[in-house]
Amino acid sequence: MKILVAIKQVPLRDSTLRIDASGRWIEERDLSFEINEPDAYALEEALQLKEKHGGEVVALCAGPARAQQTIREALAKGADRAVHVEEENLGAFDSLGVARLLAEAARGENPDLILTGLQSDDLGYGQTGVIVAELLGLPHSTIIMQAEVNGAAIRVKRELEDGWFQHIAMPLPAVLTIQSGINKLRYATLMGIKKAKTKEIKRVTAAELGVAAASKVRIEKLYAPHKAKQAQIFEGDAKTAAAALVEKLKFEVRVI
Amino acid sequence: MSVLAILEHQSGKLHRMSWETLAAAQELAAALGTDVEVALAGSGIGGLAAELAGKHAARVWAVEDAALENYTADGYTAAIEALIRKTTPALVLFPHTYQTRDFAPKLATRFERVLISDVIAARVEGGTPVFVRQLFQGKLNADVRTEGAGPHFASLQAGAWRAEAVVAGAAPVETFAPGLDAGKIRQKPEPPFRESSRAVDLTAADIIVSVGRGIGEKEKIAVVEELARALGGELAASRPICDAGWLPMERQVGSSGQTVSPKMYMAVGISGAIQHLVGMKGSKTIVAINKDANAPIFEVADYGIVGDLFEVVPALIAEIKKAKS
Repeated sequence: MKILVAIKQVPLRDSTLRIDASGRWIEERDLSFEINEPDAYALEEALQLKEKHGGEVVALCAGPARAQQTIREALAKGADRAVHVEEENLGAFDSLGVARLLAEAARGENPDLILTGLQSDDLGYGQTGVIVAELLGLPHSTIIMQAEVNGAAIRVKRELEDGWFQHIAMPLPAVLTIQSGINKLRYATLMGIKKAKTKEIKRVTAAELGVAAASKVRIEKLYAPHKAKQAQIFEGDAKTAAAALVEKLKFEVRVI
Repeated sequence: MSVLAILEHQSGKLHRMSWETLAAAQELAAALGTDVEVALAGSGIGGLAAELAGKHAARVWAVEDAALENYTADGYTAAIEALIRKTTPALVLFPHTYQTRDFAPKLATRFERVLISDVIAARVEGGTPVFVRQLFQGKLNADVRTEGAGPHFASLQAGAWRAEAVVAGAAPVETFAPGLDAGKIRQKPEPPFRESSRAVDLTAADIIVSVGRGIGEKEKIAVVEELARALGGELAASRPICDAGWLPMERQVGSSGQTVSPKMYMAVGISGAIQHLVGMKGSKTIVAINKDANAPIFEVADYGIVGDLFEVVPALIAEIKKAKS
């Protein structure tokens, strides 16, 4: 089976973020980037399904030139090839616009299954996969913790709230958004990293896909959140701070 | 051009976040100078619609179809799409639940719109709504505006509006039959289930010490476990720790784990992504220990220590033992 995995490159989780001069986005120049974590789980799921059923895993990524590093890492882990929708200003596209880029790129591939992470660690809209499904006319399911392919159908375990789950079956081709923790992530091997250098990355542009930048929603302003509470921070070395906190916990919170 | 609130229910009861969404819809409709309408979809939902008839709204829509008995993305999308085409609301609001996340983006796409998801606040400026969302796992907030004509779509984070704020009134109930073709629903859902009965009931604990990604490796969790023992509390964790298999899933606090409100919740090495915060922000006292002074966990914390947890935690254990002796 042919599995397409949509991955996104996002700033490193521990990055210190600064708002840029426009006030609408972050200063990206001095940041490092990595694969969006839920997408890493989607990639792993695709690789495991391929190991079981055979076929091909194609990584699909929309992003600027720097995203190539994340694509190479996906190839090093075992994706067979990649499609890079190279777009320097992805911020000019809203979720629908980005999903259009991915859907148009996916259309030419005719995959049996499209996987992606349930949400991104940067924008966190949590909807790209669902929109791609709608644009391609495919059935979908979200927040998936298990996927089992049975011929022309797939049965998935979908996470519900408060520890509940549900199985859902649907025909292929289909789109799934994958929850973190569905599997155990693998590391790229040295051999994998070496092989990745020779694997194909097909580049396409938004213009070639016939998708124009457009936004139905736009970020007007970015700012540090207002604190709901003013936390009392205990200063000093570890011992001094710990002693002050324990004093508080003993005499005011009364839990010691 | 009303504000339409799409409410959620399960097992014959309205989801608690449905009331929050109704409160938000009432508030925004008033600010926009328009009506609020309410809808819920299902099969045999007359009783729930009657419950809503006692609230302030211009209309309660009972979207009834046998094919809506069990939730499916295809069924709900088609049903609500039909209602929106009929009622032409300016703004459609949803509770930001797992169910909304499953179908609302698909629904918005049918109208060539984007769902503004997981909204934490909204206000009306210059006659149009401005929504506030969290970006980068809660590190930054963004004001988001819609462009062009409605309908626009937004889903609201748990706890962002207060259920108690719902205004009572009298609303006429109208049944709407979307005329679904059950054969077009591609998802075949099976009954929901729970993995196993929970061995650990964190909701009963008075004191919880919770460990997050900052711990770095599995072997180091022992030091946080010792802290929990010193305090006489239960050990819990944020999702990444359970994803990695370092602690069992049953110890997970957050939107996909347990929701707790102990007397004291101590978060160790937890940055405070929203998925975690919704599971613990109701705690009476929150203590955060984190090396990053800008971590979102400090926004909900009452007390905090900014520092290396591998220095702070052993010092805390020593001080607690001293205080107890």
